[in-house]
Amino acid sequence: MKRSLPLIFAFIVGFIVLLSEFIPHRPFNQIVSTLEGWFMIISGFAILLGQISLIRMNTHKIVNKLPNWPYHLAGLISFAVMLTFGLLWGMRETPGILGDGAQISAWLGLKPFDYLFENAYLPLSATLFSLLAFFIASAAYRAFIIRGLESNLLMITAIIVIIGRTSMGTMLTGWLPESWQFWHIPNLADFIMEFPNTAAQRAILISAGLGIVGSSLRIILGIERSYLGGDK
Amino acid sequence: MRKCILIIFFTVIITVLMANRFEASDTAWDDGKSIDLNWELSPLIEKVVISRSDAEGNLKVIHSSEASTSTYRDNELEPNQKYHYQLQAFSKGDSLSLAASATTKQQWFYMGKLGFLILLVMVCVAIIYYIQSAKHGKEYFIRRIAGLDSMEEAIGRATEKGKPILYVPGISDLDDIQTIASLTILSHLAERSAEYSTDIIVPCRFSMVLSAAREVVREAYLKAGKPDAYREDNIFYLTDDQFGFVAGIDGIMMREQPAANFFMGSFYAESLILAETGFATGAIQTAGTAQAHQLPFFVVTCDYTLIGEELFAASAYLSKDPQQLGSLRGHDFGKVVFIILIIVGVILEILGISNLKEFIAGAIT
Repeated sequence: MKRSLPLIFAFIVGFIVLLSEFIPHRPFNQIVSTLEGWFMIISGFAILLGQISLIRMNTHKIVNKLPNWPYHLAGLISFAVMLTFGLLWGMRETPGILGDGAQISAWLGLKPFDYLFENAYLPLSATLFSLLAFFIASAAYRAFIIRGLESNLLMITAIIVIIGRTSMGTMLTGWLPESWQFWHIPNLADFIMEFPNTAAQRAILISAGLGIVGSSLRIILGIERSYLGGDK
Repeated sequence: MRKCILIIFFTVIITVLMANRFEASDTAWDDGKSIDLNWELSPLIEKVVISRSDAEGNLKVIHSSEASTSTYRDNELEPNQKYHYQLQAFSKGDSLSLAASATTKQQWFYMGKLGFLILLVMVCVAIIYYIQSAKHGKEYFIRRIAGLDSMEEAIGRATEKGKPILYVPGISDLDDIQTIASLTILSHLAERSAEYSTDIIVPCRFSMVLSAAREVVREAYLKAGKPDAYREDNIFYLTDDQFGFVAGIDGIMMREQPAANFFMGSFYAESLILAETGFATGAIQTAGTAQAHQLPFFVVTCDYTLIGEELFAASAYLSKDPQQLGSLRGHDFGKVVFIILIIVGVILEILGISNLKEFIAGAIT
């Protein structure tokens, strides 16, 4: 029963959602949005599960003084501080238990939650995102090392696209006559991005789409059961 | 003489009526939320303003244009309601007002999606056919997927080094099919790691994924006959925030130094940050996603990459279940259909025939 009920639900719901894709009439046209609403409600309750997991895991490491426990302490303190500030004085338009905290807001310039959000969270988030530039550089260096024909082609293509996207590309081949415009580096870069690149990406998307159809069908028909934890 | 005047008079009236036409009609084959407005006006008209009256009869401008002959689709309406429209046309020093009304109707089929339905039915029938054939004992050749074959190698290395395996089920919630596909791979991986008594760490971005991942890993340990080895704390929630989640995983990779990293599911901007950090730790890395834009990053930084469809085929491939393997044959049939359609479409377009393109494009638009 524990296994067959989810399978029956998956079959019924999957089939109805599939039908609703092709039937614009009520009630089929409302099913997807209704199910999305249900998903949001269940997700809302599940958030509590995540918070419990977070507190339990960190507390366990701090209490047992496991390696690197101060990091977990920092994580828990950050969580507690944001939660407390949010509950007490709210955020932006939403008041908290103690109202809007006019005095503390006047002192900080913002509500405490928003102050920490804008001055701690956002810079940290932006810092991590900006690391991407350095990671791209190191990954590109490895990708473009000439090892064989493929990596050679990759490097040549990448150089054309990189130069074509800068003013240097315009400067280098700007003197080419009208009949040779295709070989103008920015035009060449556009061609690479528009045709070979798009074609390859679409091939991946089409195969992924087929994979989704097959995977969904296996789940709807109950052939694929691994997501429930077991095959039988 | 009188007859001649009458003929001229009626001709003028008919010409004027024919020249200035304004019609409203329910959009065909839709969900009853739009009305198509068509008008044909004298070439002297310079500006057109269309208004819709509300329940109290107040007019609200919904469209204005310069063209004398055109169409407009009024969207986001209520089904089965009658709507009244007024068209005001302006020419030099003169104006004209026309009225029309129509009732929105819900249809029972999106005709524009007929092409999509036919393709879907073809692929589904093929998949079911191959599943049934496999059920009756027919064996199909399935090509090797190196990324999945490497799973054993990765678990072996982790076991030898006495280090854990890190498994990231993507950054999307459970409503993304890539996350479901990822959980099916997790099930097989967890079972194998349970057999080798190697720890598997699964950080989750969403509570729903956490709940499902715990269930999947618990069942896998049970299946492997080692329920006592299951550690719930190894599958944990980090944060909903995208870069906070990445920072957490990077921290785990640097501190715990997992011997093998698996990134399976939906990934966005964080893919390279994750995979490059994993590369720096020297772990054997396998990634899989259907996000075409993130694949180059994974290809560069990971030892093995499951590209697009391979992510969805993984569970069937790993299970070695003939029925599931049969379904993979159905995917191949779909690919053949698409290749034929692309070739035929290109030939037809070269010949200036756009019917096939329009028929299939109807499903997309």
